[in-house]
Amino acid sequence: MSKPSVTGTGEARHRDAERFEWRQYVVYGGFVLVFLVFSAALFQSGFLTANNLLNIVRQTSTITVVAVAMTFVIASGEIDLSVGALAGLASVTTAMAIAQFGVLAGIAAGLLTGLVVGLANGILVTRAGIPSFLVTLGMMGITTGVAMWITGTAPVPIERESFNNVFGSGNLGPIPSLFLWTLLSLAVGHVALRKIPYGRKILATGGNPIAASFTGVDTARTKLLALAICGVVAALGGMLYAGRLHSGRFQWGQGDELSVIAAVILGGTSLSGGVGSVVGAVVGSLLIGLINNGLLLMGLEYSQQLIVRGAIIILAVALARRNASA
Amino acid sequence: MGALGSTVSLRGIGKSFNGVRVLEGIDLDLFPGEVHALVGGNGAGKTTLMKILEGVYAPDEGGVFFDGERVALGSASQARARGMAMIFQEFSLVPTLTVAQNIFLTREARGRFGLLDDRACERRAEALFRELGVDIDPRRPVGSLSAGEKQLTEVAKALSQNARALIMDEPTASLTKSETEALFTIVAQLKERGIAIVYISHRMEEIFAVSDRVTVLRDGRVVASGEAGSLSMEEMIELIVGRRMEHSFQWQPRSVERSGVPLLEISGAVAGERVKGVSLKVHRGEVIGLVGLMGSGRSELLQAIFGVRPLTAGAIRIGGVPVKIRRPSDAIRAGIALIPEDRRVQGLVMGHSLRDNFLLPLLDRFTRYGFIDDRLGRRKAQEAVRTMDIRTDSLAKIVRLLSGGNQQKVVIAKWLAAGPDILLMDEPTAGVDIGAKTEIIAVIRKLSRDEGKAILLVSSELPELLAVSDRVALLRGGRIEREVDRSAIESEAMLHRLIQGN
Ligand SMILES: Nc1ncnc2c1ncn2[C@@H]1O[C@H](COP(=O)(O)OP(=O)(O)OP(=O)(O)O)[C@@H](O)[C@H]1O
Ligand SMILES: [Mg+2]
Repeated sequence: MSKPSVTGTGEARHRDAERFEWRQYVVYGGFVLVFLVFSAALFQSGFLTANNLLNIVRQTSTITVVAVAMTFVIASGEIDLSVGALAGLASVTTAMAIAQFGVLAGIAAGLLTGLVVGLANGILVTRAGIPSFLVTLGMMGITTGVAMWITGTAPVPIERESFNNVFGSGNLGPIPSLFLWTLLSLAVGHVALRKIPYGRKILATGGNPIAASFTGVDTARTKLLALAICGVVAALGGMLYAGRLHSGRFQWGQGDELSVIAAVILGGTSLSGGVGSVVGAVVGSLLIGLINNGLLLMGLEYSQQLIVRGAIIILAVALARRNASA
Repeated sequence: MGALGSTVSLRGIGKSFNGVRVLEGIDLDLFPGEVHALVGGNGAGKTTLMKILEGVYAPDEGGVFFDGERVALGSASQARARGMAMIFQEFSLVPTLTVAQNIFLTREARGRFGLLDDRACERRAEALFRELGVDIDPRRPVGSLSAGEKQLTEVAKALSQNARALIMDEPTASLTKSETEALFTIVAQLKERGIAIVYISHRMEEIFAVSDRVTVLRDGRVVASGEAGSLSMEEMIELIVGRRMEHSFQWQPRSVERSGVPLLEISGAVAGERVKGVSLKVHRGEVIGLVGLMGSGRSELLQAIFGVRPLTAGAIRIGGVPVKIRRPSDAIRAGIALIPEDRRVQGLVMGHSLRDNFLLPLLDRFTRYGFIDDRLGRRKAQEAVRTMDIRTDSLAKIVRLLSGGNQQKVVIAKWLAAGPDILLMDEPTAGVDIGAKTEIIAVIRKLSRDEGKAILLVSSELPELLAVSDRVALLRGGRIEREVDRSAIESEAMLHRLIQGN
């Protein structure tokens, strides 16, 4: 005879009700924890100075901005691996157009690059029915290739202060412009996901595409729009690189797709779709930035940084998962 | 402990979810060779109780006894080892695997070198289906089956496990009458083999037809338990809903004005494999019962009208005006709503809240300056919960955690709130309790009579279909073979013969 146990699967199902909250709390908890640990351990190295903290926000701004758009793509049940490469291409087309026709033309060229690539991704995924993983993987190669080809792999300098100020190194009063871009994307993204019909359609599409379409959601259009917007925002990310580094180059943003996806998942968005949080993605991105900065201040070598950062991300996601399904 | 000679006994079972009491002090005994019917309203706790028996949930208090011996709680593998099998209300089949692979999942036949032998599984599955008297190809992927065929696959799967006790949670919710009869024959066979059976259903006739013993649950407590013959149908219904209720499945003759332009006119509609040239007119205020054998294309026709699988030929006119419906959003704009057959797959985003599901078709309407008006949404959802009597502890409850019937009510509620002119209903009362069924019938009558809506109804529950239809259209071979005025149908048996084609 055994005593009644309280650890059946029943308890697991029971906790299911709190799943949404749980996944998101982990990133906030992790953020606070890492912040406190670094504050104590790295006080001497100047971790807590306003300058350093602003620096973290500045350095993560491109990841943050793109992570906001990626949240929509992932929450709709798709993925976009081409964002990093696309940022590089957009930085190049922007720089080239600025040199030829001026700043406004440069901005237009960058955004247009993003729109074209994003639409191509979206059309191939929703009309041709090719999985987004493959489409955007292929697109990653294509965009990098194009960027290298049209520049002969050389950087294209940007000599317009106005552009560099707005998109990178400038300040508005005491506030760095990159900080403002982060805030802007957070506000727009959060409102779009939570407060307008499109956001709900994204979540419904990712949660159950069949039921969503039976309920009148045009799931193909919803996904197409998400991928197109993600392309445009990735291009904006590339322009932020261009502004900060005063040039366009195919390497800007390379490999960022992984940080972006990590930030989104850390933030509580479900990789299988249906659940998403923009606030979480932004905090996730800041958490990654925090870790990068702290490890640097600790004096770790780049190789060591990579290892520790990878381990922390896996741990955080594992915690979020365990709480989600335990 | 437990009753003498019982296969399984439950004693003093209690269970709460998130502090909400779902079951309290439940005793239940299952005897070999006996069908024990478990009845009660939506959310009464039937499925939860069975999941405790099956070891999916551990109860907060009480004990489970197999052959008089106390067993560990909340262990599904132990329950299975003791010979418990359950046909879940929500299907537990893998859609990408074949029927045979599903039936023998983890118990596959092994061939040479210990490799899986699909052929052997298929042969055994075929034999099982022959016993059941149904015709399903074991090689088909489960995802391509209709809801009814999935249910039969579940039955076959449970049978293949040589269970000593079998729980059937609303097994006939999506079966046709003849399939239901085939199932009853199987149940009788199982009884003879000494298997203890729990039979859960909201269909009173079935309860009286198959059960030896009945237990009535209300709000998580046993309100009556005894021999099947000891209760009349009226008494049982009163025990279930907790108040006297007249049984309003009576048809109320009336005439529909059919001279004007029909509200919905379909001509020569071709779509998919099963709709091969359907022509049909539905007038304002008219309810048409669409009948046919399983696989006759009833659901497909409704889905074609709704734009899920757009017409490849033919035309749809609404109020005499031709409309192009390429996707559901076109249909919704044209004032059409579809309550689909499979609430889990087609009706609901199971991982989202009741409120979000309810609001999904209404999103574009519940906005102010482009932003969702959450207050209005919440108020409407609250209203719907009240009028449909949806049992939930909050609007934020994830619909997967609602009871099956309450999920169905959410689907109905969201479409009624959309205020369509033309309502396509595919098995709208599947899994819905007797009180709510009466309510839905009243709603259908009100929509057609007082509000002039056109309704196309598919239901395998013939009494219900006969209660509200003005005309019955018979679908066979992808076409409307006959249309019969309701007044010309004298009995359920006559309609049944019409469907069978003799
Ligand atoms: N895992 C869970 N978490 C929270 N609440 C739950 C859970 N499972 C069931 N419930 C709640 O318990 C109550 C009883 O549900 P149950 O599924 O047992 O009802 P039922 O009698 O089978 O109803 P139906 O006839 O509609 O199938 C419902 O209110 C339901 O919302
Ligand atoms: Mg149930």
